[in-house]
Formats: sequence, C-alpha cells, structure tokens
Amino acid sequence: MSGQDFISAMSAVGAGLAMIAGIGPGVGQGYAAGQAAAAVGKNPGAKSDITSTMLLGQAVAETTGLYGFAVAIILMFVKPFN
Amino acid sequence: MGNDIVRLGLLDSGADFSIKYLQEIHLFGQTFHLTTTHVGLLIISVVLIVLAIMVNRRISKSKPEDTPGMLVNVFELAVDMIDNMVKGTMGSNARRFRNYISTIFMFALLCNISSLFGLRPPTADYGITFAMGIITFFIIHYNGIKANGVGHFSALCKPVLLTPINIIGEIAVPLSLSLRLFGNVLSGTVMMGLIYGLLAPPITTGIPAVLHIYFDIFSGCIQAYVFCMLSMVYISDKIGTD
Repeated sequence: MSGQDFISAMSAVGAGLAMIAGIGPGVGQGYAAGQAAAAVGKNPGAKSDITSTMLLGQAVAETTGLYGFAVAIILMFVKPFN
Repeated sequence: MGNDIVRLGLLDSGADFSIKYLQEIHLFGQTFHLTTTHVGLLIISVVLIVLAIMVNRRISKSKPEDTPGMLVNVFELAVDMIDNMVKGTMGSNARRFRNYISTIFMFALLCNISSLFGLRPPTADYGITFAMGIITFFIIHYNGIKANGVGHFSALCKPVLLTPINIIGEIAVPLSLSLRLFGNVLSGTVMMGLIYGLLAPPITTGIPAVLHIYFDIFSGCIQAYVFCMLSMVYISDKIGTD
C-alpha cells in the first residue's frame, strides 16, 4: 500500500469520524421537539406559533452538525492532503 | 491511483452530485469554467425576472374593482405573507427591508427546490451562499453604522476584555448563515444522488419522490425561511427595535 493510498483511506475514516457530530443536533432537535410538544399540550391555541419557533430553533441547532458534514465532504471530495 | 479509490464506489454506482464543468473559457490568460451552477443560476434569474415582469404588467393593467386572476392572486398572497413575516420581526423598520428580504427569500426558495426540475441546486455551491451571506453582512453593518454612528463600533468593545471575541462573533455571522444554507442543500443533494445511484432505473421513477418532498421542498422552504429570519434578526439587533 502506497502512502497516497494510506492517506485516502485515512481521509475516509476521518470523514466517518467527522459525522459523529451528527449526535449533537439529533439530541438538540429532539429536545426542542419534545418541549414544543409539551407547549402544545399546555396551550393548544398557540400551535402555529410554537411550530414556527420550533422549526427556527431546530434549523439553528442543526448548524454544528452541518460543520461536521462540511468537514466530511471536504475530506472525501476536495482531498486537501493528497 | 490514491485519488480514484475514494471515488470508485460512487462512480461505479452512478451516484452523481458534484458540480460539473461544462465549458472552458480562456480570458486574460486565466482559465474559467462554466459550471452547472452558472446554468442553474441563469435559468432561475430568468424565471424570476419573467415572473416579475408578467405580474407587474398584470397588476398595473387591472382595475381595483376587477377580480384578480390566478397569477395575481398567488403573488398577492405571497407578498402579503412576506410582508407579515418582515413586519412581525422588524416592527416599524419593516418598510426598508421588505424588498431585500423578499428578494433573498424568493431566490433561495427557487434555488432550493430547483433540483425538482432537474437542475443542480445553485445553493449547493458555496460560492452562491457565501455571496448571500456577505451581502447580509454588509447590510447589517451599513444599517448599524447609519443608526448608531460611532456607537456601532464602541458597542464591540463593551466589556473591554471581550473585544476580540465580539469581533470574531461578528465575522462568524455571514459564515454561519451561508454554511447553514449550503450544508442543508448539499446534504439533500448528496442524499438524493446516493439514492438515485443505489436504485435500478425502473425503481427510480416513483420511490424517490417521497424523499424529494423532505429533502427539497420541506428542507428548502425551511432553510430559505431561516436565512431570511436570521438576516432580519441580525439587522434589527443592530438598529434596535421599537
């Protein structure tokens, strides 16, 4: 196995490891959705407001996961170390 | 050799989601590439401009007592929705930013759902979303300086020790805005590319439609909304709400 192949393989492993960042947004979005469900239970009249606030918060919480995704994509396709 | 190994699996399965070079242009000793992003961007711009001209014609011709037609009705609804959205966040400043926000919203929305029409979404190219983030960045600070004068800069050093962190926080705004839109659209594009590469040709006609609803329509609408919402929040944070 040449050095280049080793670097490619390790880039793929690194891309996989970078996607561990997906855990964070999953927990965060789930928590936001749970709180929104509780809020709708308490105040069903405000359902549309709660839904839009929840979606906005979830989209912002997704950002850190997307940074991990960007790192994975760069490792796989831009190949900065080859 | 090494480069091919990572790509091999994807190329064999026919998965395809990268930006493609269509034409080489040699200009002033530099080589430029005409990519799928340019084509998509051009088509979307033309569609937006044609729609704008058509609606403008229709509205300026119609009299107040007429019943509006289909096109005018849809656009009145859309304009009303965006107006309410801007007014809900920016209050009395809404008039000044309505045009910018609705332009960005319609552009981002059309870009995000353009993969339904066979284009590669232009917002899955970081060049486009970063440009949108930079425009928002300049609008934020232009309006901050206009509203607060020197106070705009002295607010950066409010707790003196935190000045560098405040400056980094300001620079991170366009980066996080653009990366959020880019990452979401790109992840949708990658997922759809993998699924189309995975399935055999006869199956690809019906089944991916369900995923298009989530990745293109739902995610695209939400991200266009979030981009506009956060732009408005950042701007009204600088000029102060009343």
